[in-house]
Amino acid sequence: MDAITENLDLYWSGFLTTISLSLLAGLLAFSLGTILAAFRVSPFPPLSWLGTVYVEVFRNTPLTVVWFFMVFALPLLDITFSSFFLAGVFALGLYTAAFVCESLRSGINAVAAGQAEAARAIGLNFGQTLRLVVLPQAFRTVVPPLGNVWIAMVKNSSIGAAFAVTELTAVATRLVNTYPADVIAIFAGSATGYLLLTIPSGLALGVVERKVAVLR
Amino acid sequence: MSQESVLYDTLGPKGRRNVRIGTVIGVVFVVGIIAWVLVRLESTGQLEADRWAILFDPDSGVARSLGRALLNTLRAAFVAMAFSMVLGAFLAAGRLSDHAWVRRPVSVIVQFFRGIPLLLLIFFAFLGLPKLGINLDLFWSLVVGLTVYNMAVLAEIFRAGILSIDRGQSEAAYALGLRKSQVMRIVLVPQAVRRMLPAIVSQLVTLLKDTSLGFVIGYFELLRQGRSIVEFLGPRYGLQIYVAVAVMYIAVNLSLSLLARYLDIRTARNPKVVTDPYADELEPVVPLGRE
Repeated sequence: MDAITENLDLYWSGFLTTISLSLLAGLLAFSLGTILAAFRVSPFPPLSWLGTVYVEVFRNTPLTVVWFFMVFALPLLDITFSSFFLAGVFALGLYTAAFVCESLRSGINAVAAGQAEAARAIGLNFGQTLRLVVLPQAFRTVVPPLGNVWIAMVKNSSIGAAFAVTELTAVATRLVNTYPADVIAIFAGSATGYLLLTIPSGLALGVVERKVAVLR
Repeated sequence: MSQESVLYDTLGPKGRRNVRIGTVIGVVFVVGIIAWVLVRLESTGQLEADRWAILFDPDSGVARSLGRALLNTLRAAFVAMAFSMVLGAFLAAGRLSDHAWVRRPVSVIVQFFRGIPLLLLIFFAFLGLPKLGINLDLFWSLVVGLTVYNMAVLAEIFRAGILSIDRGQSEAAYALGLRKSQVMRIVLVPQAVRRMLPAIVSQLVTLLKDTSLGFVIGYFELLRQGRSIVEFLGPRYGLQIYVAVAVMYIAVNLSLSLLARYLDIRTARNPKVVTDPYADELEPVVPLGRE
C-alpha cells in the first residue's frame, strides 16, 4: 500500500487534472454542440450540411485518432497548442461536441409536432414557439442523454495518458514500475478516482431525470 | 427533412426571402471555412501532388501496410466482440437471477467495469498483469481490456432489453407452466433480441473504434502503423498518411453505423416487435454507456 500513501499528492493532482480537463472540454463541447444543433435544425441547407458532416466525421473517428491529430498532425500545418493539456481540451471537446449535438437534436425532434403546430395556431412567431414551447420540453428530454455524454467524456479523458497529459490513468502507469508489488492497489487507486466522478454523476442524473421528466 | 415540419410552418414570400438570404450567408460561411483550410494547406505545401501520390503508389508499400494494419484492427475487434457478447450474456443472466447471492456480486462487477475507463483496463492488462505473473502479448492485452469493459456494457444492454419486454409476456408464460429458463429462452430472449439489435450494433461500432487504443500500448493497428510509416518516411508525408488512416476508420465505422440505422428502421417496421410507447426507456437504463 506504500505506493498509494507515499504518492497521495500525485493522485490528487492527477484527479484535479482529470476534473479540469473534463470541465473545460465539457464547456467547449456544450457550446459548440449547441451551435451545431442549431445549424442542423436551421432552414438554411449549407449550415445543416455543415452540421451533418461535422457530426458524421467526429462520431465515426476514434477519439484516439482525433487526439493524435491535435498532437501530431496540426503542427505540420503550423498550428500548435501551448500545452498538451490544451491540445487535450480541444481533442476531447471537439469530439464530444458531435455527441452533444446529436443529443440536443434528438431532443428537439422528440417534441411532438402537434406542440409546435398548436403554438403557431395561437399566433406565436418562430422565436416564441422555440423559446416558450419547443425548447422547454426538448431540454427535459435531453437531460439523460447529455448526462451520459458527460460521464462518457470523463472516462474518455483517460486517453490523455497517451498524449502527455498527467491525469489519473497516467499516474497509475507512472507508479507501476516503481512499485511492482502494489499493481492492484495502484490501478484500484486510479479506478476509485474515476468512480468518485462517474457514480455520483450517474446518481445525480437519475434524480434530475425524475424531477424534470415530462409526461407524453 | 422531418424536423422542418415540426419547427417551421409552410413559408410565405417573406419567409422564403429570409431563407434565401440566410442560405447565401451560410454558403459564404462554409466557403470561407473551406478557403481558410485550403490556404493553410497550401501555405505549408501540403497540397503538392507527390505528397499525396505516395498513398496510391504500389512501390511505396504504404497502401499494403495500411491494409495489413486494418486487418489487425479488425482481428482484435472481432475476437473482443465474440468474447464480450458471450460473457455479457452470462453477466446479464446473473443480474436477472432470482438469487441475491448471484445477483449482488454480478451487479457489483458490472457497475465497476462500466464505471472506469477502458484505457485503464488495457493498461492493467498490459502493465499490471505481468507484475502478477501473467504475461499477455500485445494482441491479448488489448483484447482482454476491450472484452472486460464491453462485456459489462453489453450485459446492461441485454438486461435492459429483457426488462423492456411487457410483463404480461412472462406472466402468461409462467401461467402456462413454463420454468424460468424456458420463459427466458422461448418467450423473452427472442423478443428482446429484436429490440436490442440497434443498441448492440452501435456498441460494437464503439468497440471497433476503441481498438485504436491499441496504439497506446504499441499494438500494430491502423494508427500505430500510420505513425511508424511516418517515422520511416519522414514528416514530409505525415499529414497525408494520417488523413488516410482517419479516412479508413471513418469508412469502416460509417458502414457499420449505416447498418445499425438500417436495422433500427427495419425493427421499427417489423410487426412482430410490439410497438411500445415507452420503448425509448431502453436507453436511460444504460447510464454509463461509452459514446
